Parts: sequence; structure tokens; C-alpha cells
Amino acid sequence: MEVTLTVNGASHTLDVPDNALLVEVLRERLGLTGTHVGCDTSQCGACVVHMDGCAVKSCTVLAGQADGADVTTIEGIGTVDALHPMQEAFRDCHALQCGFCTPGMIMAAIDLVQSTDDLDEQGVRDGLEGNLCRCTGYHNIVRAVLAARDNM
Amino acid sequence: MYQFNYRKASSVEQAADLQASAEDGVYLAGGMTLIPTLKQRLAAPSDVIDVGGLDGLRGVDVGATVRIGALTTHAEVAASAEVRGAIPALSDLAEGIGDAHVRNRGTIGGSVANSDPAADYPAAVVGLAATVHTNRRSIAGDDFFTDLFETALEEGEIITSVEFPVPARAAYAKFPNPASRYAIVGVMVAEVDGAVRVGVTGAGRCAFRSVELEAALAGGLSVAALDGVSVPSGDFNSDLHASAEYRAHLVVVMARRAVKELA
Repeated sequence: MEVTLTVNGASHTLDVPDNALLVEVLRERLGLTGTHVGCDTSQCGACVVHMDGCAVKSCTVLAGQADGADVTTIEGIGTVDALHPMQEAFRDCHALQCGFCTPGMIMAAIDLVQSTDDLDEQGVRDGLEGNLCRCTGYHNIVRAVLAARDNM
Repeated sequence: MYQFNYRKASSVEQAADLQASAEDGVYLAGGMTLIPTLKQRLAAPSDVIDVGGLDGLRGVDVGATVRIGALTTHAEVAASAEVRGAIPALSDLAEGIGDAHVRNRGTIGGSVANSDPAADYPAAVVGLAATVHTNRRSIAGDDFFTDLFETALEEGEIITSVEFPVPARAAYAKFPNPASRYAIVGVMVAEVDGAVRVGVTGAGRCAFRSVELEAALAGGLSVAALDGVSVPSGDFNSDLHASAEYRAHLVVVMARRAVKELA
């Protein structure tokens, strides 16, 4: 099956198995390993990317469903020299320990800030319901998202 | 996942044709239940027919009733000011499904068609006296859910929209599983066309109306009317999250919370 999708601004046309997942295409075909697979059961949120502007769990999207879509991954939001404000805030607030959940947290948090008016602490906690941090570093993650909210 | 043929439908008619010609075809809407099911190898369809691109089945139409296209996501329902203006309980319910990323993909049609015993929307379909419209007919909400993961839908039938009458008042209270956010028990209490309706999800094999609670509330929607009322736990679900007896207890507690919100 052939799919064409735009990832971080570049168009790719790929021949993939009918049962390929978006996350597999990103990681294994395009080498974008910043998107992580944590639970593989749609619960942990490590695989969150933006598809047509919305945060989605890429382990629960078939490649065929992403055909024609515009996808943004953690690699597409900033560079080492010019971090995205959310990445900057995560660094400043020490919002990561092992870092495994971080790409999904950041992609989810960017969508949350962009789509929510008057985002407060409870709103951040509710909005990140679908992202698990097994280091349990939630407090600093919430601080980072609130800090980034003011800089985005 | 087992292998399957992925087919993208460009119209409802084409989707139905693809399903009819497949050895064992299933429809894919948002995929928030179907894809995890496939990944766990709990289903092995020959063909997955993606109806997610049928934009004609997306959107809300609020007038004398609230009609929600089958492919409208939970996030779209939750964010709709028109839906909130007409049936705020439905907005609250949609806003409480899963997590934000699931709500961005999951659809009302997919949720209803699946008849997961712990899904939220079925409580609204029976509690609010909705009508489920398909490509073949219209099905009353009371007749739609028939058993665990079973509905009145025939082989190949596609839900096109779900239509809710605007209730005089309604409230939904849910006791979520803290990990999955699925309803261990969810109760929709509503006053529709002068009658009190109580839709329950999470407790039984599929969503149902509680005759005990409706009888208790028929004389007036007050929390006191539920004092001493109980519901039988006989055929309720019992699993590691909650026993049947605990679910029966929660049904009354959630009903009390919903009624309190209405007062």
C-alpha cells in the first residue's frame, strides 16, 4: 500500500504494509526515533505526535489513516540551537528525569497550550491525563507547561 | 497485528460494497478501540474498511434536536458551543471520555457501534432517548444495545448520525477507572418529554435503563427520592476493578450525584 504524508514539512511517499502503524513509519522508515513507543496499548502517550494540528497517539493510528496528513514530530518543533519554548521550559524547570516520556509530553503540551484558553494548573493536569511519566516527575512537568504557556 | 487488507472508503455506499465483498470486513472510524483490539490479536478481520475520511458524516446540527454526525470526534462534541447550549450533560460526557488524544480521534459512531459495556456515550443514547440513524434505517436508542459488544446493527450496516432530543434537563455522573478513564459506572439522568429516564453504562453487559431508579424518580427529581433505593446486581459485570455488588452500589451513588447536579 502506498501512502503519502508530510512529516515536519517534507513530503514522503512510501510503500508500507496494510497494517503498518504511523509510529512504525515514523521510527522505522523515516528514522525519526524521537517519537517513543512506551506501552503500545494507547495508554502512556510517549508516542504523541501532531496530525493535522491535533495531538494523537501514533501507536494507535494506521499509516493508511495518516495518508495525506500533515504530521509533526518532536524533531520538527525546534533545533538544538533554537529550542521550542516548550522544550526550553522543560529544560529550565527540570521537567524530565529519564526522558522517555518527554517527546510525547512536549507534543501533548504544545497542543494543550495552543488549544486552551486560560490554561491553569488543573487544566494542565487534566490535559496531560493521557501521558504517563514513570519517574513520576509530574510536578515539574506541570510547572514547565505553565511556564511555556506564558512564552508561546 | 495479523495481516489485513486496508481499504479506504470514499462514500458510505462504497464502504458498504467493500464490506459486502470482503470475507470478514470491519469498519474503522477513529480506531481508538479497534486498533488496540487488532494489536492484541483479539480480532482478525480480513479487511479493515476505513470510513474515517467520509466528511459528510462529521459535524453537529443543533436545532429542535441535536444531531451529531457519526464521525464527529469526542473533542469536537466537547468543544461545540451549540451542543453545550442545548445539552450541557452531553458536552460534559464527551469531555470526560478517555484522554485528550483519544478524544481527538475517537468518534461517537464508533463508540456507539462498539457497545463496550464501559463506554460513556451508550448511557446518553439510552438516557436521552436518542435515535441512531444508519444507512438503512433509524433505530430507537432503547432498542440499540443488545448485549456485550452487540447492537441491533445488521451485518454491514453503517451508523450515519446519532440524534438526541433536547431534554428539559439532564446530568451525567461517572465513576471512572482511574487508569483508563472508562466508566466503572456512569449514569445519565434526564427529563425528556415530561418523563424521567435513567441510562446506565459500565454496570451491565451493555447500557440499559434502570427501571428501579426511574420509578423512584418518577414523582420528582430529588436526591431524597433515591433514599433506600437499590438496584439488583444479578447480571452486573464483576471484574478486578469492581464486583457486581459494588457496581450496583455505584449506580445509585452516581444517580444521586447526577440528580444533585440537576437540583
